[in-house]
Amino acid sequence: MIIVDVVRTAVTGLRRDRGALALSFVLPIAFFSIFAVIFGGQHDTVPRVHILVVDEDQSQASRNLVQALEREGSLDVDTKPDAKNAVDYSAATAEAAVKAGNAPVALIIPAGWGQHPIGFGPDGQNAPKIQLLNDQSDAIAPQVVTGMLQKVAMTAMPVSMADEGIKYTQKYLGDLTPEQKKRWGAAMDDLKARQKSGWVATDTTGSPGGSAGGSSGGSGGVIAVETRGVAGDHRNKQMISFYAAAFGVMFLLFTASGSAGALLDEQDSGTLDRVLSSRVTMTMLLAGKVAFNTLLAFVQLVVMFLWGWAVFHLDFQSHILGFIVMGLCTAFACAGFGILLASMCHSRGQLGAVSTLLILMMSSLGGSMFPRFLMPAAVQKAGLFTINAWAIDGFTKVFWRDLPVMALWPQVAVLLAIGVVLFVVARRIARRWEFS
Amino acid sequence: MAQTLTTPAAVAAYPIEVTNMVKRFGAVTALDGVSLRSEQAQCLGLLGPNGAGKSTLIRGIVGRVIPDSGTIRIFGAEASSRAAREAMGWIPQEIAIYPRLTCRENLVCFGKYQGLNGAQLAEQVAWCLQWAALEDRAKDPAGKLSGGMKRRLNMAAGIIHQPRLVLMDEPTVGVDPQSRNRIFEMIEMLRGRGMAVLYTTHYMEEAERLCDRIAIIDHGKIIAEGTNEELVRNAFGTRTEVAARFGGEPQVVAAWVEQRGGRMNAGTAQFTIERPGEIAPLLEEASTRGLAIDDVSLRRPNLESVFLHLTGRELRD
Repeated sequence: MIIVDVVRTAVTGLRRDRGALALSFVLPIAFFSIFAVIFGGQHDTVPRVHILVVDEDQSQASRNLVQALEREGSLDVDTKPDAKNAVDYSAATAEAAVKAGNAPVALIIPAGWGQHPIGFGPDGQNAPKIQLLNDQSDAIAPQVVTGMLQKVAMTAMPVSMADEGIKYTQKYLGDLTPEQKKRWGAAMDDLKARQKSGWVATDTTGSPGGSAGGSSGGSGGVIAVETRGVAGDHRNKQMISFYAAAFGVMFLLFTASGSAGALLDEQDSGTLDRVLSSRVTMTMLLAGKVAFNTLLAFVQLVVMFLWGWAVFHLDFQSHILGFIVMGLCTAFACAGFGILLASMCHSRGQLGAVSTLLILMMSSLGGSMFPRFLMPAAVQKAGLFTINAWAIDGFTKVFWRDLPVMALWPQVAVLLAIGVVLFVVARRIARRWEFS
Repeated sequence: MAQTLTTPAAVAAYPIEVTNMVKRFGAVTALDGVSLRSEQAQCLGLLGPNGAGKSTLIRGIVGRVIPDSGTIRIFGAEASSRAAREAMGWIPQEIAIYPRLTCRENLVCFGKYQGLNGAQLAEQVAWCLQWAALEDRAKDPAGKLSGGMKRRLNMAAGIIHQPRLVLMDEPTVGVDPQSRNRIFEMIEMLRGRGMAVLYTTHYMEEAERLCDRIAIIDHGKIIAEGTNEELVRNAFGTRTEVAARFGGEPQVVAAWVEQRGGRMNAGTAQFTIERPGEIAPLLEEASTRGLAIDDVSLRRPNLESVFLHLTGRELRD
């Protein structure tokens, strides 16, 4: 019976501890839901791979290929930027767009490709190959695109397939008889008519992984593809920067929240009252806390990246300026987040529960636990409401894409705005400590 | 333009002047028309049972509670003004110091918060360490000090800027008698420097020893104010207090004491009498009622008697 009493006491305690209740029930459900949406086979939200296509060939075969790619449900094909009056991508502008992170893959169909679109036999090796430029931060997209190319060749370009096939037949087996040529010509005419009418272009909404049969090199398929990484030349080393940023931001949020909790300790001990009875105003006090937490978070990032440099050979020294800009902005946004939580909560326990809940959810949505490019489009958009996503995007620009500091302006602007807005809201909420 | 407290008018103004302060929290009226005034270099005691409104009044004086009506002025300035904050030092009941900082670091920190710098700050820190008898513990973390030492450091942090008015909220709670005596000496030293003090306490002997004037607050109102002697005289006149302990059934004793106009306090019956000649008939009646007299004593009513008389409660209730 005493055990029952112990249980009853514990249940009562749990029921009245909202933070513990949230951690016990809300957090697991939230996590389950987030990861279910990301991985859970919700086919209608499977991410479409965004690719840029440059048709330098402008042959019938290349046009057929582009049209077939555009009809693929798992691909989001752009031949020119979204802007009004934009001109078609060139090889150079498409490469720049991939470097800038606007798309993970660009396909360049070179001039002359239409002469030998299908790469059978040794002759095909010498024909112009489709160039696949990829951003190595996204390991999946190039494989999906390569697989799609092979599929499209098989289903959307039967004329080219047949044409190339008969050439090789004649080359290795001898010429066809006149009767065979006549029949072959009639069959080709019919096939061309059918291809023109588009009967072969079926939409595919299946999993991209299922279609991605080709290797990342892609040269083993019926369409020869030459893959070239244009962002993140030293893949393994730069992947470290991704993990440093992704985990760094998550722990920065924890650090900032914990550190901002000192405000609650000061309130409990009466120190806050004493401080506010001096010349220090609440605005000064909160600003001081945010400044300290920003500095603390920045130093934490510095230590993390220095460790990455010393142990994992991360190229830190050639990205120092970008790191400082992104590091300070991220640290400031995290500090703003921490001070807001501290001003909203009434106790350390409450702060711990709320911050754990929010930070883990933000981290899962924002890409600290799992790259955002692998998430469904809707989840990727939801991730933009997190500090993590903007910070990781910024660090990726610096360390992965080698972009100049000026290219960081969207991330810098958003992170600074987040920090300022959170601080202003925190200041407003903190009025409850000032006056009654 | 910022108010300054160095003008002749401000210097001549009262350290604390609360006029008709009313403060309500929802349906609860915490302060109901409180008026209070302290004099320069005077120690004003504020006594009241728990929930009487002391904390609200003190928080109003430090500018943290905004009155629904009425005014609070510190040396003539609005309580929430910077001028008032600079003129005031607040020693809260809680140990409001940073436990991981050393004694010296705490004093430097709060000194800077009060706008001190350079030689002036160093001088004040040295003085405060000496004043609080913490010179030999200056480099020790505050969290490792004894309870009494923490209290003294707590006080030193409140007066680091040498304010002209010090608010002390039960500064001796939980300290041993030796430390308490040390704290009394510290307070007397401050008064010797001309500081005005507002002192709240649960200990009558502290109020009697330290305070020039005492205000008693109950149910959000100041119910009495004056010197110790004035309070006793106003409450009891020339009457004397008889304290007696009786054997027998407590309910019977209590009923008889009430019938005779006395009151029971911690098992002791207390009566007030005008003349010594009233004692004999009182004891005789007790005897005829069958109440055995264990102990009888006479004493002049003191502050505690006044408090009990006015509030019906002991101060520690």
